[in-house]
Amino acid sequence: MSSENALEPVEKVDAAPRPAELDFDNVPQTVRLWQPVGQNPKYSLLPLFLGSSLVALPATLVATLFGVACGVYLAEVAGKRTREIVKPAIELLAGVPSVVIGFFCLATLATLLQNLLHTTFRLNAMVGALGVSLVIVPVIATMTDDALRAVPGFLREGAHALGANNWETITRVVIPAGASGLVAAILLGMGRALGETMIVLMATGNAAQVTLNPFDSVRTMTATIAAELGSVPQGGEQYRALFLVGALLFTLTFIINLVAELAVARMRRRLAL
Amino acid sequence: MKRRFIETIALALLRGTALAVLLATALLLGSIVKGGLGVITWEFLATEPTQGMTHGGIFPAIFGTVCITLLMIVMALPLGVCAAIYMVEYAGNSALARVIRASVNNLAGVPSIVFGLFGVGFFILFLGRSIDRVRGGGLLFGQPAMLWAAATLAVLVLPVIIVNTAEALNAVPRSHREASFALGATRWQTVSRVVLPQARAGILTGSILSISRGAGETAPILFTGCAYFLPRLPIAHLGIPFTGLSLPMVNPLDQFMELSYHIFIMATQSTDATLTRPIQYGTTLVLVALTFLLNLAAISLRVRYRRGLEAR
Repeated sequence: MSSENALEPVEKVDAAPRPAELDFDNVPQTVRLWQPVGQNPKYSLLPLFLGSSLVALPATLVATLFGVACGVYLAEVAGKRTREIVKPAIELLAGVPSVVIGFFCLATLATLLQNLLHTTFRLNAMVGALGVSLVIVPVIATMTDDALRAVPGFLREGAHALGANNWETITRVVIPAGASGLVAAILLGMGRALGETMIVLMATGNAAQVTLNPFDSVRTMTATIAAELGSVPQGGEQYRALFLVGALLFTLTFIINLVAELAVARMRRRLAL
Repeated sequence: MKRRFIETIALALLRGTALAVLLATALLLGSIVKGGLGVITWEFLATEPTQGMTHGGIFPAIFGTVCITLLMIVMALPLGVCAAIYMVEYAGNSALARVIRASVNNLAGVPSIVFGLFGVGFFILFLGRSIDRVRGGGLLFGQPAMLWAAATLAVLVLPVIIVNTAEALNAVPRSHREASFALGATRWQTVSRVVLPQARAGILTGSILSISRGAGETAPILFTGCAYFLPRLPIAHLGIPFTGLSLPMVNPLDQFMELSYHIFIMATQSTDATLTRPIQYGTTLVLVALTFLLNLAAISLRVRYRRGLEAR
């Protein structure tokens, strides 16, 4: 097989053609599988991409809810003293190595979740997503805090002078003014979620399958590289496929980060007016 | 009345969420401390794994972590600080400076496993194999080793160091630089005698934070030098000429064991993961303690530094 089509999800047909009878087993067909080991290696990126999405999207959703709320609390609600305790505590969470969170998911969270929801697989995409959200909540919270604190004080004072209470000031003045910063925070969080490796490697069950059920075992793009690169011969088909997955991952996070950066630049421009 | 009610509920919800995040952190750390505290003894910290890694301690992993972290600092810190000084003090706002700034920011967002791929592709297969080819005589540099693992980690923490250092430099007021120029100081004199002394604490804080980030990373070193089990420490005896004595030195071309990799291996690929659970907890606690000490140092340093700035 030449290197050009090495990465395409086609089944190799090596049996001689038998025109007399129809052999449905050997009909070349598109299969959506990632099965790099075996007689007919298959390299479809679909299960990996779905796996990554099933972890990154719920993780971003959960982390957005908690992270943005935390950021708003830190910037607008917390008193100076509480802030000086809560903020370092959240930053401490950001400093926990991801392998530690992965281990926590594997040993504690997975059991907890299974007892609660009675899922078929102890390790599934949801366990990984919750673990990953632990990593990105601090990212989103700190960035939201930074963005909202960059909103000039006179906007708040103006709102208060017009009779708005704290909550109305937050939702109708401060958050709209810092909206681009919030978008950037969420995007950066999503980039981190897509790129997170150790947690998903340890907690999602590592079964590459085409599924949309967040309680199935999945295998993400990152976990695939981490699990397979160590044992493949250099320069081979699978080796190149893994580098392709890496390149794809890089491109994806690069685009997300770029958009986030543009959002931050936009906010700076608008607030400077 | 209704507005008042909504406000009370909403603010209470915000407080509740912040509390929930703190509780999650506490649950995470609590479960690790609870599981690991009973395991940690002097013997656990100072001996090596025995009986197929089901008993014994984790000394080689601690040793490897310290070595690779030190090696990473040596490679990344000077480079990162110099790059930041160039970016903030010399490059101005030229097109080149903007491109560099954008690339640094984007480098910071690259997934760590991609750095692992880069380490294999660039450091081991390209750089290492090239050195071997020039040197002749078999494979020495072109294989996973502590040197390449540290280099990969160094590339990973480089943008973090640059961003933090640049922030510390930018915090020094412009007026101080202008005063220095007005006294006839050159740019380098201004940087070295006015800006750097003031930014020192900030640079140190950022560096410690990035080091703790590097020390806890696993994905980049999976393929660049970590060993599942190594029955010896990565030490070579370097002969001192004419004396007949030999000096034990850390051998950067050897493989090594590492704490975070040890946790990963023990938790997922151990022969009996349930039997070795206590070892896993103990190792995790040691790693957490290590990174937290670094983080705490950085945070307390920053608090002192901020107070100093306010007092000025």
